[in-house]
Amino acid sequence: MSSPGLFIVKAGYLDVLAQKDSVIHRLDPRVKLLTTLLFIVTVVSFDKYHLSALLPFGVFPIVLIVLGGLPAGYILNRVLWIWPFAILIGIFNPLLDRQVLLHLGSLDISGGWVSFISIQVRFFLTVSAAFVLVAATGFNTLCLAFNKLGVPSIFVIQLLFLYRYTFVLADEAGRMVRAWQLRTPLRKAMTVNTFTLVLGSLFLRAVARAERIYQAMCCRCFDGTFHPAYRLKWKMADSLFLIACILFLVFFRFMRPVTWLGEFVTGMFS
Amino acid sequence: MSHHIIQAQGLHFVYPDGTPGLKGVAFRITHGESVALVGANGAGKSTLLLHLNGCLLPTQGSLRVGDLPVTAKTRAAIRRTVGMVFQDSDDQLFMPTVFEDVAFGPMNLGLGPEHTEPLVRQALERVEAWHLKDRPPYRLSVGEKRRVAIASVLAMSPDILVMDEPSSGLDPRSRRELIELLKTFEHTKIIATHDLDLALQSCPRTMILNAGTIQADGPSAAIFSQDDVLLQSRLEKPLLLRACPRCGAKPQF
Repeated sequence: MSSPGLFIVKAGYLDVLAQKDSVIHRLDPRVKLLTTLLFIVTVVSFDKYHLSALLPFGVFPIVLIVLGGLPAGYILNRVLWIWPFAILIGIFNPLLDRQVLLHLGSLDISGGWVSFISIQVRFFLTVSAAFVLVAATGFNTLCLAFNKLGVPSIFVIQLLFLYRYTFVLADEAGRMVRAWQLRTPLRKAMTVNTFTLVLGSLFLRAVARAERIYQAMCCRCFDGTFHPAYRLKWKMADSLFLIACILFLVFFRFMRPVTWLGEFVTGMFS
Repeated sequence: MSHHIIQAQGLHFVYPDGTPGLKGVAFRITHGESVALVGANGAGKSTLLLHLNGCLLPTQGSLRVGDLPVTAKTRAAIRRTVGMVFQDSDDQLFMPTVFEDVAFGPMNLGLGPEHTEPLVRQALERVEAWHLKDRPPYRLSVGEKRRVAIASVLAMSPDILVMDEPSSGLDPRSRRELIELLKTFEHTKIIATHDLDLALQSCPRTMILNAGTIQADGPSAAIFSQDDVLLQSRLEKPLLLRACPRCGAKPQF
């Protein structure tokens, strides 16, 4: 299988993980969505030079991975796939912000490097939490949760189909790449000209398929409204989980346990 | 009652680029009939099928499904009566799981989850695919996809079942199972296919389309015995009607 196809198939393993049965899987998708959103907002709300205060937040995805019985290696691998984007976002910080902020022994560390590392830490925390959310819930159930929390049907439907047809499109792209590979055995990469032609052809195929899918939807009386096939039920355990998560987030956002710990340890040895 | 009757008169269709799709097609299909629509590539089979539930509207002539003419205003009502199984199951199975896909139609008809669940179960059990209910459609084999696509239509309880190339891409065992399954349906059936053996076994009546017109219409066995008609339509006699190539035994169909 070609690399784009393989990547998508591996990404589809998240849906397989969502079929597992665990304490986390049994929670209402709305509570998982809300807590993950709160977690992400809390993590990104810190000042750009904050680093130590972010570290305790690693507990959140780790606890969910352990309680949910999810493969940590697989999730880390998925996060690493998109890590280059986070590097790209912060790559100019060390060049633009050269003011020294920390001294590690004789090593001077500029504010740019601190903010760069802070961006990477935030990236790992938030993206791993998002992957854990999908792996412990399933994308379709998550869309249902979005809908129940008031996101308009039109957006939810777009999201569902975008996800569903990513696999079909990747399959189509994989076939086209394979056809190109078989007829150009001596080349390792496409020329720009070939790439644009393949991309254009893929776009036209995607449009044709979109038309056929729309016809199929209309044949089954689709009128633009999202009708979920399941009903969600909020339980006592969901409320308890939500309260616990809010307490955790508020505590680590407004208190400084790492600073306290540092002061305590320093005090012991001074 | 003319509930399940399909009647076309002087049906013409021209694609926006000027390509003629249908040129004066006329037929009448009555309640409970199973009709095979055969013809070479580009003969107009899929174009005709897309007219049956209003995906395409005639450029000229008329088409009636039951008491209703197929028009932009009536197609919503007609789609409750006519269930369409597409040639490529990936076009038809767009929801994230098999259960949700089969539930899509009934939910759009206004049924709640509590009423939809038994319908989905019934439809999936009918095609022996209930065990696939939690699987994402893109992970199914072609044969499984086809079964689920049929279930997604059956769940809407249509009176008329329209199928476009139902046996394409199936392995011999899946094809055989499909033929057996089709025989159990009591709906009015219209099956567009290149698989003339399937047509012979599943449909007592056959219409041959050639270049947008109906070249022959009659009992399947009689139609498929006319070598000249088959030749003109770029078709070949079904294996079931041929003598055994080794011993020369005559067909028993």
